[in-house]
Amino acid sequence: MADDSYKGYRGEALSTLKNFDALVWSDVEIKTANGKYIGIILPRSETADPNHIVLKLRSGYNVGIAARKIEDIQINGRNEAHYKIPEKAFPYDPKKPNVKLLGTGGTIASRLDYRTGAVIPAFTPGELYGSVPELADICNLDTEKLYGVFSENMGPEQWIGTAQAIGREIEKGIQGIVIGHGTDTMHHTAAILSFMVQNSPVPIVMVGSQRSSDRPSSDAALNLQHSVKTAAESDIAEIMVCMFGPTSDIYGLLHRGTRVRKMHSSYRSTFRTIGDIPIAMVSTEKIIPIRQDYKRRRSDKNVVINTAFEEQVSIVYYYPNMKPDIIDSLIDNNYKGIVIAGTGLGHVNKPLYPSLKRAKEKGIAVYMTVQTLWGYVQMYVYDTGRDMMELGVIPGANMLPEVGYMKLGWALGQTNDLEKVREIMMTPIAGEITERETSNGYLIFQGGIPEVEEFISKYRK
Amino acid sequence: MSDLKFKPFNEMTEADYATVGFKSGLEIHQQVMTSKKLFCRCPAGRYSEKYDAEILRHMRPTLSELGEYDGTALMEFKTKKDIIYRIHRDTVCTYEMDDTPPFEINEEALDISLGIGMLYNLNMVDEVHIARKQYLDGSIPTGFQRTAIVGVDGWIPYKDRKIRIFQLSIEEDACREVSDIGHLRTYLTDRLGMPLIETVTAPDMQTPQEVAEVAQICRRLVRSTGKVRTGIGAAREDVNVSVEGGTRVEIKGVPRIVNIPLLTYNEAMRQWNLLRLREELLRRGITPKSFESKTENVTKLLRKTRYQPIQIAIEQGMVVSCVVLRGFKGLLQWQTQTGTYFSREISDRVRVVACLTTLPNIIHSDSASETIATSEWQAIRKYLGGTDEDTLVIVWGSEQDIKTGAQEIAIRAKEATIGIPSETRQALRDGTNGFERILPGPDRMYPDTDLPPKKISDERLQKIRINLPKPIWENECWYSELKIPKDVIKPLANSPLSSLFELAVKELKINPTLASIALIQYPKRLKRLQKNGKVFDVESLTIIFEAYSNGKIGREGIYTAMREYLSNGKLSIPKKCTEAEIKKIIIESEKDLSKIKLINSEKKIHVQMGIIMNKLRGRIDGVVIAGMIGYVKKGGC
Repeated sequence: MADDSYKGYRGEALSTLKNFDALVWSDVEIKTANGKYIGIILPRSETADPNHIVLKLRSGYNVGIAARKIEDIQINGRNEAHYKIPEKAFPYDPKKPNVKLLGTGGTIASRLDYRTGAVIPAFTPGELYGSVPELADICNLDTEKLYGVFSENMGPEQWIGTAQAIGREIEKGIQGIVIGHGTDTMHHTAAILSFMVQNSPVPIVMVGSQRSSDRPSSDAALNLQHSVKTAAESDIAEIMVCMFGPTSDIYGLLHRGTRVRKMHSSYRSTFRTIGDIPIAMVSTEKIIPIRQDYKRRRSDKNVVINTAFEEQVSIVYYYPNMKPDIIDSLIDNNYKGIVIAGTGLGHVNKPLYPSLKRAKEKGIAVYMTVQTLWGYVQMYVYDTGRDMMELGVIPGANMLPEVGYMKLGWALGQTNDLEKVREIMMTPIAGEITERETSNGYLIFQGGIPEVEEFISKYRK
Repeated sequence: MSDLKFKPFNEMTEADYATVGFKSGLEIHQQVMTSKKLFCRCPAGRYSEKYDAEILRHMRPTLSELGEYDGTALMEFKTKKDIIYRIHRDTVCTYEMDDTPPFEINEEALDISLGIGMLYNLNMVDEVHIARKQYLDGSIPTGFQRTAIVGVDGWIPYKDRKIRIFQLSIEEDACREVSDIGHLRTYLTDRLGMPLIETVTAPDMQTPQEVAEVAQICRRLVRSTGKVRTGIGAAREDVNVSVEGGTRVEIKGVPRIVNIPLLTYNEAMRQWNLLRLREELLRRGITPKSFESKTENVTKLLRKTRYQPIQIAIEQGMVVSCVVLRGFKGLLQWQTQTGTYFSREISDRVRVVACLTTLPNIIHSDSASETIATSEWQAIRKYLGGTDEDTLVIVWGSEQDIKTGAQEIAIRAKEATIGIPSETRQALRDGTNGFERILPGPDRMYPDTDLPPKKISDERLQKIRINLPKPIWENECWYSELKIPKDVIKPLANSPLSSLFELAVKELKINPTLASIALIQYPKRLKRLQKNGKVFDVESLTIIFEAYSNGKIGREGIYTAMREYLSNGKLSIPKKCTEAEIKKIIIESEKDLSKIKLINSEKKIHVQMGIIMNKLRGRIDGVVIAGMIGYVKKGGC
């Protein structure tokens, strides 16, 4: 039953409220065996139990009262929350660059409805200006909401739609694009956009937040400023992810879309460039490139949008004792491509060989990546590797497993010819495969070691 | 409004406080005793100035329900502070850094708070909802404190009435401030996240003394559970004060209860005097509507000044501004608190909001002390078009800060025409208080979306209730009826051992006076033996009391056993002596006695008693031996 008058209430709590005609948002005095409580009845989360009624006390605190203890509810009025984000017209300055913010559903800017706990996204330029007025010092901002999905629900439909939207904006002559995105799969989307959108003349910056923007210490406002500044002012015409460098509010990093990965479930500084170094550092004051081999901004409107995508592709994360039925089920379900995240240099166990052979015979493209994330696949070193190449497994160099997945889907979307697929896969397009890995591409400091601790203590984390 | 003039602190009577309509309530913060923090598994109560890393954060105000910035939020945003957190890996994890979501609430802390809630006669909630209470000063890295109500609407008895308790919440403690200079505020994070309970009383106290007395009762009540932390900073009071026609003002972080009377007196005086200042302004025709001020940059007029603070500021390229307050002549010298004037209200705002923390940060033309030259004052007055009826206030600093500073001067002066701003004020050592921030509004509470509500079952409450001590006021009454020594009544009621006392008297049938002395005075006498903070626990004392009750040990045996327990760390109950053993010792004592030459043979039996008791002390009551050898001590018992 979906009745908003008793929103979220079920069972005992619902029947108690109905008994006293106490709708949600009623201003009430509740008498129980323990004493009385004065406040406003709030909606209840649908996942919470059916036995309690939520009351917002005058002090602003919420408490739950057991429905079975309620003796009387006296209704003294009604006080429904109408929560709105304030809008202020985003100022236009002809001297400032025009930036477009495309929204996919992440809440880069949002407000929490303090009564219900629901997050209301701020998205229109006016709402964003109301929340982060500093944006107006950087550019003229326009926004378009493409989707409203959590990042784990992003899929081919949204990737393709986003790529097409980027194409439209570039054609219209926009000077920079920011894409608001949930952080969980931001690196997946960054990878596929790196393939679907090629030769962009302007910066395309993906951004999100690790702490929602209803918190005073949120990283959202600063991430938004960094990304908008990058889109408006930088000369880096690539697909990038712009998120916190350190956990401190100091600077952000611009990561290449094919080499970036979310590496911590909750840290602000969760995004790291893997096996390479980021493109640049960005603060509210300036953008400092830390490498020079990036694609430069151009004044033309030429861009290649190629939105091919084959959905019958999978990643298989290998583990010891894996049984061949895992591979077999993909074969039997007509998968066209498999990316394996193998151990070490790119290995799986022998029992899988017959299935890999079956896959080869069925014309399925199988690519090997490494679950160590850092380093190259090298299948010549051990017999296992050579055996597997015999079985048609193609080493995917230092492509990250998720990037390999995206690229294989994109390649198979364009052709069924496995030779052509191989050519597409092994030709670097946007830094997904690098010719060499420099020594500073792999730096995971080990805590506890005296010199590391000394270094860490000198810089703000 | 009465024209009562505030008398010196010692001369104020209850009637005077009634005249000004003094009202005060308390918010008592008390750390509870747990080994770990409230929402993570870091150790609680481990303090250290050491740190091995720093984090920098900024706080951004979030909008209130109506899309307005909260007053505090706006103020904190104006201040634009860099907030540095010093962290040490032994006391802080990624949770306190706000880089990991909360873990489940510490159940032990929740139990303690529920128990204390019951002692306060609160209606306990059935489901605890965790809220976020916003703090933008940076004292908590998230920008909010996780807090939850466990009970509402209770009371404690006081004099012949009840003091109402509005609510009790469990919450996480904040950082310790290291420094706050200019635009940089630094915090230590060791205390952050420790479990704390906050008790809010109604404004039911009518004199400063009453506030302190009620604070004492609350302190004793929570301590009687034995489950709260003690020592410096473990309990902190915020005191809300208002007078008739005034505003609720919160004096924050009062570390000692003895400071409360003078602090609340001064705050009452401040409000009273500010209300009189408003009357004076009104008399001069200055109302919120007619209030007028003007600000100009006067740097060039003061290029040659010999007043050092401004001289140095100008040398460093800073800016000097002057605000003229029309018709304010003399009013910056209007007394607010003891030895404190209205100019302080302005200077405080400039210090906190504009971050001009080096004092003096303003000078003004009402002051008699020597600052800039008279000619310079005249030049500035002329430049701003001021008359002799106006007051000039000068402020100096960086261009941005001066803009904020000059605005704040005008804002605070204008507020004087309205009344008393709602503020959080800081307790100062001399008993006065200074501005800390604008009092936060009620809209700073948000539900915590990271944690689900927590059901509190009746069984849980029942289990806690069984183990609670009786409220101190009930015990005190009972103790008086039992006629135990007066000096142990309060300490015993306060003590977590009060439940053991009840057991001793009611179940073990021990004489109340003996039991009370054993629980309160013996530990004091034995204090010097305490090693490594070893204290008596309920279990071992119960064993000792039971031994006495069963006749295993005598009266003196209680003290002996307690002493042995402290010095050896072991509980050794002496074996009760058999009749044969006693007879043997008596025979031996007669032999020993024959070896001693006594001048006064009447004392013979007295000496014999001593010899025997030396061997049997603690194992048998002296009265029994006396009966056996026919010893009667002169002077009775």
